[in-house]
Amino acid sequence: MSSTAHPTPVDRSRSKGGPTPSLTHLKGATATRARELIALYPEPRSALIPLCHLAQEQEGWLSPEIMVDIATLLDLTPAEVLGTASFYDMLHTEPVGSHLVSVCTNIACLLNGAMELLEHAESTLGVNAGGTTADGALTLEEAECLAGCDGAPCVQVNHRYVGAQTAESFDQLIADLRSGARAAEIPTHGTLNRVARTTGLQADRDQVANERSAMAEAQGQRAAAAKDTAADKAGA
Amino acid sequence: MAVTEAPKIITGRIGHADSHTLERYLATGGYDGLRKALAMTPEAVVHEIDTASLLGRGGAGFPAGRKWAMLRKSPVTYLVVNGDESEPATFKDHLLVERDPHQLIEGVLIAAYATQVSQVFIYLRGEFALGLERVQAALNDAYSLGAVGSDIFGSGFSVDVVVHPGAGAYICGEETALLESLEGKRGFPRIKPPFFPAAIGLYGEPTVVNNVETMSNLPWIVLNGGSAFAALGEGRSTGTRLFALAGHVNKPGVFEIEMVKTTFRDLIHAPVLGGGIPHGRELKAFIPGGVSAPWFGPDEIDLPLGQDEVADAGSMLGSGSVVVMDDHTCAVRASWRITRFFARESCGQCTPCREGSGWLEKIMERIETGNGREDDLDLLLDACDNIAPGLTWPPQQTTICVLGPSIPSSIGSAIQMFRDEFLVHIKEGGCPYG
Ligand SMILES: Cc1cc2nc3c(=O)[nH]c(=O)nc-3n(C[C@H](O)[C@H](O)[C@H](O)COP(=O)(O)O)c2cc1C
Ligand code: SF4
Ligand code: FES
Repeated sequence: MSSTAHPTPVDRSRSKGGPTPSLTHLKGATATRARELIALYPEPRSALIPLCHLAQEQEGWLSPEIMVDIATLLDLTPAEVLGTASFYDMLHTEPVGSHLVSVCTNIACLLNGAMELLEHAESTLGVNAGGTTADGALTLEEAECLAGCDGAPCVQVNHRYVGAQTAESFDQLIADLRSGARAAEIPTHGTLNRVARTTGLQADRDQVANERSAMAEAQGQRAAAAKDTAADKAGA
Repeated sequence: MAVTEAPKIITGRIGHADSHTLERYLATGGYDGLRKALAMTPEAVVHEIDTASLLGRGGAGFPAGRKWAMLRKSPVTYLVVNGDESEPATFKDHLLVERDPHQLIEGVLIAAYATQVSQVFIYLRGEFALGLERVQAALNDAYSLGAVGSDIFGSGFSVDVVVHPGAGAYICGEETALLESLEGKRGFPRIKPPFFPAAIGLYGEPTVVNNVETMSNLPWIVLNGGSAFAALGEGRSTGTRLFALAGHVNKPGVFEIEMVKTTFRDLIHAPVLGGGIPHGRELKAFIPGGVSAPWFGPDEIDLPLGQDEVADAGSMLGSGSVVVMDDHTCAVRASWRITRFFARESCGQCTPCREGSGWLEKIMERIETGNGREDDLDLLLDACDNIAPGLTWPPQQTTICVLGPSIPSSIGSAIQMFRDEFLVHIKEGGCPYG
């Protein structure tokens, strides 16, 4: 057997304080935000989904190269990143348009004409659900319930609710997206969260541990005192 | 029965256009509940929630106070808030997250203090782009106010709260799948026992998981007392609850309603609530608690909105979503769409769920498109029986999580109530409703 039959074990040494790994595709500010996000979690891997969203904010989708960067940051293999990412509908391992138009056809929307709206969308955009227009601008998808069922049929663009749509209002919406008329309200695909956290973790983990042991002790004392009172009452 | 004058416990602020801001929150009693809780012992706070008998609002309906009292026998490490809200036609947490994020945060802080947890994660479904921004902005404000972080309000108690986005997977609402997702993995539910979150949760540590609406009730309960909450409603179903009403109604929306005192008829027809069925049509059927629940017909419309009342009638209040179908609705089409949802969202770990949902969807689709076969009805029921043997309610558990056994609910109901419609589809190859 050749030595390639034994893959090299994953080098997990970086997590033990090795040199800062170099990134090839995540850009400056995004990479900084990525490191801030990782610092919020007790285990780096927990930042995987937030980092995928961040990467999509930069690239629009999860390219193989950017998944390598995410793996580097989290001390995982690229396959581990892909393995998780491929499970989730919002994480795209193929390019999508700068506007992702999601039409919900689940029960409440179905009862209010969602299938007909989706058919209309497919014919006006000239793509089937799941497809991207020839100019690469718009991707149409059929969505499961988007928790906006009071505005049925519910449509989201880049996960911003745009309210119940008719065939006519849908055409207007598409025209507005193409002309940029709604750019302030609907950022390009991937921008999940325009409000960043302003502080790092504030409760220091050691301080918290100390507080908690003090509280556990106080709780024990209160429990003992309660028991004494109960015993007194029973005795009286 | 009627629409009662019960106070608006969690939607009182929502009428204000700026209900999501710290200014509005502070002007309407915001963070007073937290200050009061911090002056009490953690046990006293748990006792207050226990007195309120607040049932979890995520779907299973387990009393929050009891869950915490059990937990407090061993130290809890993490509190995780479930804001994944993906059960079709459920949109109440959406309202709370976008319109009153400070109320959620205050509730979360009270729960953290009561369970003595110093690290909280709020898991919100990724499709809530605006909600994620609102909660993060509110958290930033709460940090500046001194309500989150080190030594909150000078109490000596420290807690950090992290907002975590999901990425589109219904199954991540199931609490153990949610924890897997929060650990950066695929959303695969864990086998219980042994992996109840209370024993082995996030990173293998004891963890408490509660729903967004459950948390949002806490500030009011602490301020007004558990018994004031328990005085509303009846029996085990205390307080008010949010109901998301959708489908064929004139005024779909989220309504805060006193439990048990109000009926499905009130919810659907009262002018201040659903406002009736459009175009003067009649009720054909309704789903009382999310698409996992068996359907009800016009005969059940006078049932009260109470957990036990609905369970005794053979369904569940579940996630608090009510879907109304008028008499022009095709029952085959409706149950086909629900089945397709489950087939798409099954995580694939268990054979009955993965294969069963796929088969059911295929058979339903051919019936719906006019290509049904003579024995398809029996085949459907047989496949349903393989997923949830005996087709009982609640269903028998054959899989890791309860998604699987819930799949037959809609098909079972539709066949039981509207067998003729299936037969017309199969025999005539078309739909009587066009
Ligand atoms: C398939 C499935 C989906 C679920 N989805 C949700 C959900 O979206 N939100 C939620 O709060 N609970 C959901 N639950 C229930 C949770 O597992 C858990 O019981 C709940 O979050 C506990 O909170 P509570 O006690 O405050 O209700 C789901 C359960 C299952 C089996
Ligand atoms: S029942 Fe279905 S969703 Fe639940 S764990 Fe099994 S395969 Fe996954
Ligand atoms: S069913 Fe379409 S948004 Fe809920």
